[in-house]
Amino acid sequence: MAVDVRPLPGADLFDQRLSYRKKQGNILMVMGVASILIGLGVLAILVVDILIRGLPWIDAQFFTSFDSRFAANAGVKAAVAGTAYMMFFTILVALPLGVMAALYLEEYAPDHWITSFIQINISNLAGVPSIVYGLLGLTVFVRFLELGRSVLAGSFTMALLVLPIIVVATQEALRAVPSGVRDASYGVGATKWQTIWHHVLPHALPGILTGNILAASRAIGETAPLITIGALTFVPFVPNSPLDRFTVLPIQIFNWTSKPQTEFHALAAAAIVILLAVLLLMNSLAIVLRNRAVRRRAG
Amino acid sequence: MFQFTRLGRAKQLGIGLTVVLAATLTVACGGSTATPASTSAAGTGTGTPAAAKATATPAAAAAGKPVEPANKADLAKLKGDIIIDGSSTVYPVTAAAAEEFRKHAKDVRISVGVSGTGGGFKKFCAGETAIQDASRPIDPAEVAACQAKGIEYIEVPVAFDGLAVVINPKNTWAACMTKAELKKLWEPEAQGKITRWNQIRPSFPDQPIKLYGPGTDSGTFDYFTQAINGKEKASRGDFQASEDDNVLVQGVSGDTNALGYFGLAYYTENKAKLQLAKVDDKGDGKCIEPSIETVKNGSYQPLSRPIFIYVKKSEAANPAVKAFVEFYLSKSFTPLVQTREVGYIALEDKTYTAIAKRFATGTVGTLFPKGAEVGATLDRYN
Repeated sequence: MAVDVRPLPGADLFDQRLSYRKKQGNILMVMGVASILIGLGVLAILVVDILIRGLPWIDAQFFTSFDSRFAANAGVKAAVAGTAYMMFFTILVALPLGVMAALYLEEYAPDHWITSFIQINISNLAGVPSIVYGLLGLTVFVRFLELGRSVLAGSFTMALLVLPIIVVATQEALRAVPSGVRDASYGVGATKWQTIWHHVLPHALPGILTGNILAASRAIGETAPLITIGALTFVPFVPNSPLDRFTVLPIQIFNWTSKPQTEFHALAAAAIVILLAVLLLMNSLAIVLRNRAVRRRAG
Repeated sequence: MFQFTRLGRAKQLGIGLTVVLAATLTVACGGSTATPASTSAAGTGTGTPAAAKATATPAAAAAGKPVEPANKADLAKLKGDIIIDGSSTVYPVTAAAAEEFRKHAKDVRISVGVSGTGGGFKKFCAGETAIQDASRPIDPAEVAACQAKGIEYIEVPVAFDGLAVVINPKNTWAACMTKAELKKLWEPEAQGKITRWNQIRPSFPDQPIKLYGPGTDSGTFDYFTQAINGKEKASRGDFQASEDDNVLVQGVSGDTNALGYFGLAYYTENKAKLQLAKVDDKGDGKCIEPSIETVKNGSYQPLSRPIFIYVKKSEAANPAVKAFVEFYLSKSFTPLVQTREVGYIALEDKTYTAIAKRFATGTVGTLFPKGAEVGATLDRYN
């Protein structure tokens, strides 16, 4: 039997220069590493610069003082209190709303065009510029509901801003629950409610919390919507009710950077250190929660 | 599946970090080149917290001594809320007045917002605020808006602001410019045409000119265009604009061929890196440099202007608001207007007295019926 020695079809397209091809791969890798280093390098320079200029200003007085025209007397008390106050109400509103919406979409909603229409819109809402939420908040909460420039108006606006993020994150967490868990629950005669409450939600909880914490860390750094709803700059008091006026850290930072006196720029760096620390803390918490979930699922 | 959640997480982590990074960038860029100035220009070495803390109190006393308010016991008993909003130009003065006032009246909760003069008037004429900060007089449209809502107001000038035209310290030719030359440079028709220094004056070098100015939302832009170009907001558009004056300071200090304008306080803070261009209003060879004296006596024209607060008439009866405005115009606060921390120019004492009297009698309405005027003095209040 004669052996067919014809080359395989397409073999003429094959270029054997192995070292050249390997070199191509190496070039790509070097470019990849360079890309990472550029990003990390810029980040490192910024963080180091902020730390060098900001850290000397952080002392007890910085946390216990209100804003002042003397850099040495100025502090972030009102801003930190306002941020904490606003975030508390933001989460209080956004968490239940977002989780319930995601539960409905994942577990209850029939699979037809209205559902997918809502789904697409939620994904789109997550990409809407934050200033648009500010305008919405100004019209609905500040003017129409007459909440004024209160903590509540700010919280509701921020809750709207982060809702799409929470819904999407919660949906991902719910989808990550193995279908075997649901099937087993139904198999022993549990109702849909019992299945969700006793099995799906506990299983998805770390993922849901992670999503919420990340959503909160987005809200905590937002300035634009709060400026739109008429956020205040000089607030020498801590809000004493949800309907009180307030300011937040990013606005305080923004105000200090635009002052002519250079020592306030260093003061802004100090406030950024605080904001960065809070954010990193929240993000680490999110990572810890996620890792625990992964370990539990694995074990 | 895990891969998927991880991707989602990373993306959101990115969002959170981006926001902080943007803020970080602002400060890092706005401040890194400004650091040398804190030692050289300010002279007191206030770049470090220790130095700033050491000089904090004497600095206030240096420029004139505020007197203790006579009604200290009454101030201490005051309670209430004062909501203030408006111009970012007036903000430093009002915030300083609030800070000083609260040393005596601890239970009065004053908040000051920054919505801009126009944005602030919208809120003021809707009845949302008690006091409005304004870097220009109320304009006829706003008068009508306030009237429609039945909001009566008392007009209170509080200080003068000077706009500085600045050039690079290495610039040896443009130490004095006439108003006509500035107009030739900044008017809308100059766009794309006037691009070299010798086009403004033949004796200037044949060098490209780089322009820096505030963004179009700022009251400084409004006033400069009105005073120099004759029409508010009429300006060439091909200049480097920034809402942050510190960016303009950096721009002009880094380019020999640059020219820019912004509030006098930003020049005062960065003297070592900038040079003032004197302004010759009428082209008669009288070059005037902006300073406390020339702005106060009205000789620095046309780039000085009064700044105001507007007090809602019905709120002026509120003891806390009344006491605050009286304090604002009194010797307990006005000597602080010219300190480095506030950075504005105080009115004549007799003008403050006349304005305080006008406030006490509750005289409503504006003395600027046509809105902003170029070269306005406050003689009309005396």
